Amino acid sequence: MATTLDIPVKDAAAAPRFHVVEHHPENGSLLGFWLYLMSDCLIFAVLFAVYGVLGRSYAAGPSGADLFDLPMVALNTSMLLFSSITYGFAMLAMEQNRVKTTLAWLAVTGLFGAAFLGLELTEFAHFIHEGATPQRSAFLSSFFALVGTHGLHVTFGIVWLVTLMVQVGQRGLIPENRRRLMCLSMFWHFLDVVWIGVFSFVYLMGALR
Amino acid sequence: MSTSPDLAKLIFGRLTWDAVPLHEPILLATFAVVALGGVAVLGALTYYRLWGYLWREWLTSVDHKKIGVMYIILGLVMLLRGFADALMMRAQQAMAFGADHGYLPPHHYDQIFTAHGVIMIFFVAMPLVTGLMNLVVPLQIGARDVAFPFLNNFSFWMTVGGAVTVMMSLFVGEFARTGWLAYPPLSNIAYSPGVGVDYYIWALQIAGVGTLLSGINLIATIVKMRAPGMSLMKMPVFTWTSLCTNVLIVAAFPILTAVLALLSLDRYAGTNFFTNDFGGSPMMYVNLIWIWGHPEVYILVLPAFGIFSEVVATFCGKRLFGYASMVYATVVITILSYLVWLHHFFTMGSGASVNSFFGITTMIISIPTGAKIFNWLFTMYRGRIRFEVPMLWTIGFMVTFVIGGMTGVLLAVPPADFVLHNSLFLVAHFHNVIIGGVLFGLFAGITYWFPKAFGYKLDPFWGKMSFWFWLVGFYFAFMPLYVLGLMGVTRRVSHFEDPSLQIWFVIAAFGAVLILFGIVSFLIQLVVSFMKREQLRDLTGDPWDGRTLEWATSSPPPAYNFAFTPLVHAHDAWWDMKQRGYERPTKGFVPIHMPKNTGAGIILSGIATAVAFGLIWQMWWLAAGGFVALVATAIAHTFNYKRDYYVPVEDVTRAEDERTKTLASLA
Amino acid sequence: MSQASHAHDHGAHDHSAPGAHEGHGHEAGHGTLKGYTIGFVLSVILTAIPFWLVMGHVIPDPRLTALAVMALAAVQIVVHMVFFLHMNSRSEGGWTMLALIFTLVLVVITLSGSLWVMYHLNHNMMPMSVHDMRNMP
Repeated sequence: MATTLDIPVKDAAAAPRFHVVEHHPENGSLLGFWLYLMSDCLIFAVLFAVYGVLGRSYAAGPSGADLFDLPMVALNTSMLLFSSITYGFAMLAMEQNRVKTTLAWLAVTGLFGAAFLGLELTEFAHFIHEGATPQRSAFLSSFFALVGTHGLHVTFGIVWLVTLMVQVGQRGLIPENRRRLMCLSMFWHFLDVVWIGVFSFVYLMGALR
Repeated sequence: MSTSPDLAKLIFGRLTWDAVPLHEPILLATFAVVALGGVAVLGALTYYRLWGYLWREWLTSVDHKKIGVMYIILGLVMLLRGFADALMMRAQQAMAFGADHGYLPPHHYDQIFTAHGVIMIFFVAMPLVTGLMNLVVPLQIGARDVAFPFLNNFSFWMTVGGAVTVMMSLFVGEFARTGWLAYPPLSNIAYSPGVGVDYYIWALQIAGVGTLLSGINLIATIVKMRAPGMSLMKMPVFTWTSLCTNVLIVAAFPILTAVLALLSLDRYAGTNFFTNDFGGSPMMYVNLIWIWGHPEVYILVLPAFGIFSEVVATFCGKRLFGYASMVYATVVITILSYLVWLHHFFTMGSGASVNSFFGITTMIISIPTGAKIFNWLFTMYRGRIRFEVPMLWTIGFMVTFVIGGMTGVLLAVPPADFVLHNSLFLVAHFHNVIIGGVLFGLFAGITYWFPKAFGYKLDPFWGKMSFWFWLVGFYFAFMPLYVLGLMGVTRRVSHFEDPSLQIWFVIAAFGAVLILFGIVSFLIQLVVSFMKREQLRDLTGDPWDGRTLEWATSSPPPAYNFAFTPLVHAHDAWWDMKQRGYERPTKGFVPIHMPKNTGAGIILSGIATAVAFGLIWQMWWLAAGGFVALVATAIAHTFNYKRDYYVPVEDVTRAEDERTKTLASLA
Repeated sequence: MSQASHAHDHGAHDHSAPGAHEGHGHEAGHGTLKGYTIGFVLSVILTAIPFWLVMGHVIPDPRLTALAVMALAAVQIVVHMVFFLHMNSRSEGGWTMLALIFTLVLVVITLSGSLWVMYHLNHNMMPMSVHDMRNMP
């Protein structure tokens, strides 16, 4: 705990001191947001567990090997990876207090995010067109739930990103906005980490057999 | 085809007049009583012009003490509902033998036991626990509020939203008939096509958001906002147990959220997670929900352990025996609680290796719990025990909880569980630990901290009445269930054939009536104490000769809690201050930085409840429109950057001078 | 939920308050251009290899491929944690690291526990073939 013990001289005489005059506890936003991410991580853990248990229950329907289009997934993954590095650039610009550059990199990040979503929706539409709907088998239910939840998170991330861009545009890089940008940064990179699990555990291993 | 039924379906979804239970006299009477009571309360509020006060000072308040009190009020109100369900079940089972089918048809009885479980766990125990943590933890660590005050208000209102959703099901539609965990395939659309399970899902989802956020909030508060000098091993035990409880909340509730979301996908979108067809597995639901469900038990009981630790130390005038071992035991229980979930479904067929692993971990968990019991006993040993009401609850707990713990270890043995599972023995066991552990703890805590919140003690006579009725009533109500369980009587049955069982159910019903007297005594206690508040007034701020920091400030504390942040030197900080001749500072005050009240929490929760109602009744326009409004309101709220203010130094000085005068008049 | 979490920003003791120090000290772990670049390059490599392994059928044994894919994913997660999320044992007084370790333990318990429990349940309770069915007690 970092504490500021600004004890004025006049009080210093009273031998064991039992109070401090000015005390500024640390701001808990980043820790609090991290805890939220950890809880979100457990939501994904459940979805992964469901996929792990039900992911081979094809009910005589299509399997991952039948459906997954790996080049498309690779493209999708690269979109998310690019968006991660561009968000990093936005944070670096924020460090240097450059509002316009920050906004520009945020916009690029948002576009990569949107591209990722677009590709994912195309993939979903294709599957559904093929008859591989979420209702078709437990495998497909758990596939759509896991990948779809990740997609929903990206959607929320984009809404949040746009909101923050407006706020940074209005008020500049004030401490509150910096803190918010850092929270969104954690959120965005966290989604990327989840996606590593998704493309490895769902797509690549699903395509194997 | 005329257009009007289609239009009605578009607007009202599947909500029709049939959903209002005009043909059920019991519900109709209940509704009349609730409606009359509600009108009376609203009328009184209007007559005394209290709306503005209520809105400004309470509903929009971000003050952790007021939010804590509101949580406790919510918990007590819902206790009345949950207990009414319990009485109805006891009455039904006491009479429904042979030709007599009792007064509750099975479909109604099934809703009652489901509602009883859901309400008692989610809307009685959880709000009471969260309320006490909210009220006490910031005071115990010398903080001025929680880390995220707005979020705290929002969490509370989401919990209320969930409770309102459950209560709505009483008068509009029906509640789930599935038991409190809504196992599929019974809870799937094929077997529960009505709105009951949907009410269940959305009530828990809304309240779950509140619970999760409040958990994050309290962890950040405890980690970041402790008074200078209060290292982890100088934290009061209640703060420690609160920390562990909130860690459990943050780590367990997401699992419930995810599982219920999948169940709702099965019901709304026709997916096949937990169905019998297309490769779904209902057992996966049972597996997942108990990964949340077992930690939930410890979420409830750990804070109660903390309360008992505070009460025992205070009323024995000694520091707690084995503080460090108490802390380690709490942490060990926190971790072990994630390794035992399968003992809730030993009989589902995982086989010997899996069952024995989980049986052994379950038995291990009784070791740290036993260590705690010994710590409390050794604290009492050669202490100067004052048998005030909180101490009575504590002693009642120690006896009762040990019995419940031992039957728990019995159930942890897989072969024994094969005989006893799904029987009334199990019902007796978990009521034994939840009433004897959690509820007794909450009553001890409420009695103990009431003077801190309101500035006067609770009347001890009615407190003792309540305690003895509860204690004796508990044994009458649940010991017969152990006997019945051993005889093989299963749970959740509304009618029996064997008349020789009846006497046990009659005894249990008698016990329930005694508990009713206990609850009534508690309510009388609140009223009597309010009437006699001048006699019971505590001006010192330290009515029990306490040991921790919450007793260092006035009762009730000012909005800012402490004019100066305390500097902690020892565990039992306030005791240490008293021993070493602490003198309260009387000048040199500075302005205090505080969060502003906001109505955003109650508005967001109101919209969320409306969305839930739309989803339950399939009024899609309401659900979609509400969702958009919810997101828009939340975003709009983030554009408000002015969320704090300074209490001017004159106000601080005025309040503190008043207290100086009060204390001087006592001396 | 993420919308609600926005509201985290305003604690009672906001650092933006006059007199309070707006510290960068505890907001440790801002990245550098170098850090982000290293992280990005490593991620690209660690993503490319598993895709190549699976798409090119490099290893004949699918089980071995699966193991390699999972191992590479684990490494890449660590890379992201270090270079993008700036995890280290010092940020927030070690609490973020502690929370992460605790969460990872629970994730492992949830995943492996569910798989273990459900595997045995399925094995005991859901005979998959006629042959199994015939041998049921």
